[in-house]
Amino acid sequence: MATKNLLEAVRETLHDAMASDERVFIMGEDVGARGNVFLITAGFQEEFGRERIIDTPLAEASIIGVAIGAAMAGLRPIAEIQFADFIYPAFNQIVGEAAKTRYRSAGGNTCPLVIRTPYGGGVRGALSHSVSIEALFYHVPGLRVLAPSTPADAKGLLTSAIADEDPVLFLEHKRTYRLIKGEVPEGRYTVPIGKADIARAGKDLSVITYGLMRHFAVEAAEKIAAEGIDAEVVDLRSIRPMDRETIVASATKTRRVLVVHEDNKFGGVGAEISAAIAEEALFELDAPIKRLCGPDVPAMGYAKEYEEAFMPSPDRIADAMRELARF
Amino acid sequence: MPQLGETVTEGTVGRWLKKVGDQVEKYEPLLEVETDKVASEIPSPFAGTLTSILAQEGTTVPVGAPICEIGGAAGGGSSTGSGTATSAAASPATAQAASGASQASSPGSSAGLVSTSGNGVRYSPAVRKLAREHRVDLGAVSGTGRGGRVTAHDVTAHVGSGAAAAERYSPSVQVASAAILPPRALAAHAPSPMPVAPAGDEDTVIRLSQMRKTIAERMVLSTSTIPHAWCMMEADVTDLSRWRDKEKAAFKAREGVNLTYLPIVVSTVCRAIREVPAVNSTWAGDHIIMRKHINVGIAIDVEDGLVVPVVRDADRFSLAGLAQAINELVDKARKRRLTMADLSDGTITVDNTGALGNVASVPIINPPQAAIITMEAVVKRPWVVNDAIAIRSIMNLCLCIDHRVLDGAAASRFLGSVKAQLESFQPG
Repeated sequence: MATKNLLEAVRETLHDAMASDERVFIMGEDVGARGNVFLITAGFQEEFGRERIIDTPLAEASIIGVAIGAAMAGLRPIAEIQFADFIYPAFNQIVGEAAKTRYRSAGGNTCPLVIRTPYGGGVRGALSHSVSIEALFYHVPGLRVLAPSTPADAKGLLTSAIADEDPVLFLEHKRTYRLIKGEVPEGRYTVPIGKADIARAGKDLSVITYGLMRHFAVEAAEKIAAEGIDAEVVDLRSIRPMDRETIVASATKTRRVLVVHEDNKFGGVGAEISAAIAEEALFELDAPIKRLCGPDVPAMGYAKEYEEAFMPSPDRIADAMRELARF
Repeated sequence: MPQLGETVTEGTVGRWLKKVGDQVEKYEPLLEVETDKVASEIPSPFAGTLTSILAQEGTTVPVGAPICEIGGAAGGGSSTGSGTATSAAASPATAQAASGASQASSPGSSAGLVSTSGNGVRYSPAVRKLAREHRVDLGAVSGTGRGGRVTAHDVTAHVGSGAAAAERYSPSVQVASAAILPPRALAAHAPSPMPVAPAGDEDTVIRLSQMRKTIAERMVLSTSTIPHAWCMMEADVTDLSRWRDKEKAAFKAREGVNLTYLPIVVSTVCRAIREVPAVNSTWAGDHIIMRKHINVGIAIDVEDGLVVPVVRDADRFSLAGLAQAINELVDKARKRRLTMADLSDGTITVDNTGALGNVASVPIINPPQAAIITMEAVVKRPWVVNDAIAIRSIMNLCLCIDHRVLDGAAASRFLGSVKAQLESFQPG
């Protein structure tokens, strides 16, 4: 198995899908001549042609609208929103159209559409290149929201997303693109949508998280292991559908739960995780559920201090774990 | 809080008869305490000045908990110390409860997570569930969490250490729990462990009366600690019924009370105990105590519950004496004038379930007794007598025994004796 970073895993998966299935095509801003702003699709237009690697205007609603039509007509579009911060003009197309296609047509039409977009902070992206959007979309029935954190999961989940009959919002944390490396199996394989991953098994407390924070949480867990605190880290991978079974099993096992995400705390994914545990495992809990999240401010500032103040760090996660363990 | 009867675990301060600063003589009435079934005036165990009241009127505190302080004994002598008015011998369980309460007020707890503003210790859902499962007295568990909080791990470690097992099985504690205290974890009126849908607009929420709480605790204690075994026999009481019909007018005129089946059954139960004395016993952990006195509890339903006053030495009464004693207890129960003495020391219970029309019941033993017998409704039935079918008056007798104390053979001998006596009843 080759070691790849997450960006390379995404690139490989897209390439394999393009090469193996003629229905697959990619459209978005700068995906063609520029080869995507992170060079994920560099060389794709030369290899697959301008008909299948389509540069679009700066018009997100149109990108998604066109992709929905293509998907309903039998193609497998992979639409890219250059940065998650730019997805808002397409909100109606995603939530109002794509997510409702199957329901509205009583199953007569499906919308096998993948929307890839880089999200999250930690790269000094400031106001317009750092946002987390998962909470805006995971509320919506009919839409799948995936947020892999490792190269192997990125490949397996993206493969599942392309094969899926329903619209998938595929979130790639931009900080993980080059930071996170891991072994990626050769050839085509899938990771099931809706299954969480136990990133680290432990018995004293559970950290439930996803995306970049999975890596920070594992780092923090290793740090406090030396202090005798044995933390479990659950990586959701799939935000919707959410793997309640694994969440509840972990909460039941350790009896103490810390939810970590970079997105704002209020109404974030952590709220649903907490509610699920309260509904199904209240009488197993030995401590109140704790959340460590981004603050409820409109955006991440450009200044290094602002960014650091916004994003949970391994040190802050370790502190929260210690506090929970001592409760 | 003094111990007002062997089964009493807590008391509610009804009214203070003295104010802070008042002089109190020894044995002078100090306050009124309401327990499960009675209100009692409590005499002061000390002479002195009432310096502080720790339990305000209306508060319910466990037996053994301090309720007031009396200082500076008035009569001179060695009066420097201050006495705390509790029961003379606080049980270990209550002592632990007190130490548990002091932990709750330790500093450093945040935002009400550890301590409460009241007098209780707050336990997490997991801790309470584990304590219930393992029947652990949480007061005996030392806490390692923040501010001395008992964590789920502390409970499992406590169980694993065998301390909990010792609590459960050591003879002294077993006697104590059987005779005095259900483990706090068993408290039946504690919030239900099952998720319960909250009361809706059309539902009615009924606050638990002291009697309802006591009944709940006693029933949970009984069914969760006593292995019940049940049996039933049918008694042909045709002759008894005829005799009673013939006698009852004269009996009423002579004795002033009705001649019912209840005193008759009680007298046969007493004679049957003479034949099978093991029925009149108590399970005490590593031994069985066979009681010399036969004190028969009579189950009496009252407005909002059930009380079981006791006819002491019921075997020494004549039938008329029994009828009068039972009549008096029923009257006191209905008027809520039963005293702790009326409710204490029962050794077996007779339950007249037939009065409500039942023909078979599975009664719950009144701990720490070992048996309870019901007398069911007298019903005319087609009955085979000498290979012919006759119409006879039949009364079913149901018995539940503590199977730790008694086995089926003894139970059947006892029940058979009651049956035989009723079928060939001889007054006197």
